[in-house]
Amino acid sequence: MLEVEDLRSAYGRIEVVKGVSLKVAAGEIVALVGSNGAGKTTLLRALSGVQPITGGRIRLQGESIEKAPPHRRVALGMAHVPEGRQVFAPLSVEDNLRLGAFQRNDDIAVDLERVYTLFPALADKRRQAAGGLSGGQQQMLAMGRALMARPKLLLLDEPSMGLAPLLVQQILDVVASLKAEGVTVLLVEQNATAALAIADRGYVIETGRISLQGSGAALLRDPKVREAYLGV
Amino acid sequence: MPEFLQFLFSGLTVGAVYAMVALGFTLIYNASDVVNFAQGEFVMIGGMVTAFLGYAGVPLPLAALLAIAVAIVVGLLLHALAIEPARGASAVTLIIITIGASIFLRGAAQVIFDKQAHKIPAFSGDAPITFMGAAILPQSLWVLGGAVVTFVAIFLFMDRTLLGKAVLATASNRLAAQLVGINTRTVMALSFGASAAIGALAGILITPITLTSYDAGILLALKGFAAAMLGGMGNPLGAVLGGILLGLFEQFSAGYVSSSYKDAVAFITILLVLFVMPSGLLGRRAVERV
Ligand SMILES: Nc1ncnc2c1ncn2[C@@H]1O[C@H](COP(=O)(O)OP(=O)(O)OP(=O)(O)O)[C@@H](O)[C@H]1O
Ligand SMILES: [Mg+2]
Repeated sequence: MLEVEDLRSAYGRIEVVKGVSLKVAAGEIVALVGSNGAGKTTLLRALSGVQPITGGRIRLQGESIEKAPPHRRVALGMAHVPEGRQVFAPLSVEDNLRLGAFQRNDDIAVDLERVYTLFPALADKRRQAAGGLSGGQQQMLAMGRALMARPKLLLLDEPSMGLAPLLVQQILDVVASLKAEGVTVLLVEQNATAALAIADRGYVIETGRISLQGSGAALLRDPKVREAYLGV
Repeated sequence: MPEFLQFLFSGLTVGAVYAMVALGFTLIYNASDVVNFAQGEFVMIGGMVTAFLGYAGVPLPLAALLAIAVAIVVGLLLHALAIEPARGASAVTLIIITIGASIFLRGAAQVIFDKQAHKIPAFSGDAPITFMGAAILPQSLWVLGGAVVTFVAIFLFMDRTLLGKAVLATASNRLAAQLVGINTRTVMALSFGASAAIGALAGILITPITLTSYDAGILLALKGFAAAMLGGMGNPLGAVLGGILLGLFEQFSAGYVSSSYKDAVAFITILLVLFVMPSGLLGRRAVERV
């Protein structure tokens, strides 16, 4: 589904993604874990095209997309739920969702109902401004908005950040359920335990480079991972 | 009483024009954070192109449509050649670019047209309508009607169409807009084109009353900017409200105090807004700050 080769990205002259290669196969959940400032967000932004790259290749379903503008990548099946939710605050919940389907031309009624079924809290607030939602509801909205595009590949940047444990579980359950529907997921998390637990495979990123990779279960058992990210 | 009505009516008429210019500022500001000081030149282009096509024998409605088309092309070129290449530059740099563009457009108009004042014939004649003792020009009704139609069209577009929502989404969060697949560059181009069209229409409507010339845009940009600040930069409703209020202040102070202060009203408004309420009457919609 996604193949990334030697990807590099920099802020000014400071390179923060230093030659990352990774693969996500169709139908997989892949977790990308790493500490504060490791470059996870920058990597995802580079994948969706809102962050310039300084080198490397990105292929989505075999097609090179590193030169494509962000909206093209959405049309090709990529959806990115950014760090910090980034909902359209003055617009209603339903308008946020409709805009999620901006690149589609077919009927979206089914998809709206599906999002409201996944996140019932949103259904009651469909006419309210998104800016008035709680943090957890905004996260649900950001995910629902991305799902409206019917993505083949979903990029999730710390969906559990700042949420109560119960909500974290709800969000991760939804991520796991997407797999059953055939959506491929690249999940970025600082909460490594939770992310690796639902992931098929995982990558550990340290200061812009992949330092470890393996199955979710294997990484959870890895002494280095346990020490560095799980605080064990 | 007739005097009051007279000032009220002329205030609403010029206010409608300021509101249209302010709406143009707002549309571009929302889509791109650019304060476009070439906004007044769109108004000038509308009036001048219509006037000169009229001299050449083109019927008025066709001349007006062509003038709007010319303004749209200029607006799109301004975006593509001056704003887009400087994407990511600071707000001050972008303002300087638009000021440069406005000087360039004025120079070009001076060369292509001339330095004289020009008139377009009033759409429905010059005979004033008397209303409770006040004399109202039929052209004033055209200005007010044209402004109302423009405002309603813009608000319906924003409120009822997905593309309109995409414009609002781009204004509220450009990153998220890109991530849902909105081509934010196209949205910016659209807002430059729409602002240019609105400005040109304002110029066509008001020129039969005020005349126009190559440099008519300077004062109009200033007044439209003052109106946008007064209403709250970035708020389309605020732009309309600010424009109408500024027009009324101006005409009433000209009528009851002295017409020599007329143009100072806009400056005083800008200063007062900056000191007393920098976010204007309506500000940016409050939820946007969450
Ligand atoms: N806009 C920016 N300008 C300059 N440097 C930045 C910018 N954004 C991030 N950085 C730097 O780039 C590095 C990687 O940041 P990034 O946000 O990608 O990390 P992250 O792994 O997502 O961290 P976190 O877990 O805190 O979200 C950090 O050192 C950060 O300080
Ligand atoms: Mg991050």
